[in-house]
Amino acid sequence: MQSVMKYEERIVFALREQYRRYGYQQFKMRKFEEYDLYARNKDFLVSDNIITFTDLNGALMALKPDVTLSIVRSSRDGAGVQKVYYNENVYRVSGASKSFREIMQTGIECIGDVDDYCIAETLMLAVESLRTISPDCVLELSHLDIVSALVDALGTEGAARREILRCIGEKNLHELDALCAGCDGAALQRLKALVRTSGAPDAVLPALRELGCPSAAVAQLENLTRSLEAMGLGQYLRIDFSVVNDMNYYNGIVFKGFVSGVPSGVLSGGQYDKLMRKMRRSARAIGFAVYLDMLERLAGEGEAVDVDTVLLYDAGTPAAALLRAVQALSDGGQSVSAQRAVPEKLRFRRLCALVGDEVKDIETA
Amino acid sequence: MKLLNIALPKGRLGDKVYGMFAAAGFECPDILEENRKLVFENPALGLRYFWVKPSDVAVYVERGAADVGVAGKDILLEYTPDVYELLDLKVGKCRMAVASKHDFYDDQRRTLHVATKFTKIASDYYASLGRDIDIIHLNGSVEIAPILGLSDVIVDIVETGRTLQENHLEVRETVVPISARLIANKASYEFKREMIDRLREGLAKLVEEAEA
Repeated sequence: MQSVMKYEERIVFALREQYRRYGYQQFKMRKFEEYDLYARNKDFLVSDNIITFTDLNGALMALKPDVTLSIVRSSRDGAGVQKVYYNENVYRVSGASKSFREIMQTGIECIGDVDDYCIAETLMLAVESLRTISPDCVLELSHLDIVSALVDALGTEGAARREILRCIGEKNLHELDALCAGCDGAALQRLKALVRTSGAPDAVLPALRELGCPSAAVAQLENLTRSLEAMGLGQYLRIDFSVVNDMNYYNGIVFKGFVSGVPSGVLSGGQYDKLMRKMRRSARAIGFAVYLDMLERLAGEGEAVDVDTVLLYDAGTPAAALLRAVQALSDGGQSVSAQRAVPEKLRFRRLCALVGDEVKDIETA
Repeated sequence: MKLLNIALPKGRLGDKVYGMFAAAGFECPDILEENRKLVFENPALGLRYFWVKPSDVAVYVERGAADVGVAGKDILLEYTPDVYELLDLKVGKCRMAVASKHDFYDDQRRTLHVATKFTKIASDYYASLGRDIDIIHLNGSVEIAPILGLSDVIVDIVETGRTLQENHLEVRETVVPISARLIANKASYEFKREMIDRLREGLAKLVEEAEA
């Protein structure tokens, strides 16, 4: 069973099992959604390029570029927390390739009365997801309340504020200096210190207090990192404020996951209460997605052979004898390809021929 | 030990930048040998340098083939790779500018025809001004476009301005100042943070000293 699955598929199975154990139910969605859903929340999407087509009734449809929006739309305000996981193909422009790709994405969403436990559970599942992919992994945590408090202190708005956030995301201190030339010097120094402050929670948390960051947010970060440390996951955590998801949709805790050997983030998530408000829901929400298209690189070398055995026969061989021979050879789970001649470029371990009722090995050079 | 992969731009700027890396304690003596090799290692320090086409540095870094690299701000603005921009090295200084013939009169009611290698930078610039333009993408010898009437203006890199002068063109506006930047792959930064931070600090010190 394991051998017929691709590396990514094995990972997906392991991840689904993890999410199921924490009471997450599978969310299955259709391939298309009305384009309108995405058009209204364009900035929430990783890329704003969407494949659209016209349905038979004239409605403009889209191949889904995202799953979260559909889950939010299907959610109902009510008691408790709705916990779902999904495993879907999405269609969007992917990273460096700058062209449309079908991307397998899996993830969880937690919608409802999200409290610190829900956030801790989501973070723990994020770290566990990364560990399933590779033991050499890191989860970067940021708190948008802290970032926005320090950016607000500069007193900039609109395009200038967007540029400042871009610089924070790039760890670009030199352009931050240029952008904030007219701003309050002390506020700028604090923001630069925040961007520079990244690393293990133990080192970063005291520094945040010294910087005068909002104490409630710092305390929340501390509680969460302590909870994960108690689960033995502390070594995978970094606090890094260059994780700046779009503040029009996200709030509070946001995070990004990396594994060694994959050049970009493989996991991304956070709290998105603001998206919920935009979609007229009063509940709170948190979730993350794992980008499985990135993992191909980790799969290593593929199988060294295409089939285990090539069984040669000639025109006179009765089909019944051949079927019996193939069945016998494949009994131990081996793959057998019956051929009149060895196909070009086919890689195999054993070459044999059916002579009468007998399978005879053929020496290969 | 994991090697730190460093992509440097081939050419004059690359040589200068390597000098800074070496002064910051990241030397790799093999690199100074005159030969056609493209990859150089210093196993003692855990370094691997390679020379690539300047416009490709960002691609190598974004896709993780290089952990860090040095790229011009022009390339970063044009291709917007998803990388950290850690430091302005303040070398390779020039500017992206709009240039035209001396006697060109910019009639705001007309669509402006702009020839450039940097279509994204030019489009973004004119979009920020709300100006309707027609972009003409060229791969080189952009200066010839206004002379032959292919375009009204060009958007290109201006260093000394001599090429413009010799072609009877003049700078009209500066779009953005350009210099070489130290960039890092976001995932590499997580896993080779100590080394990358040390490199950044070493280079930052050199830049400060040069400015002083």
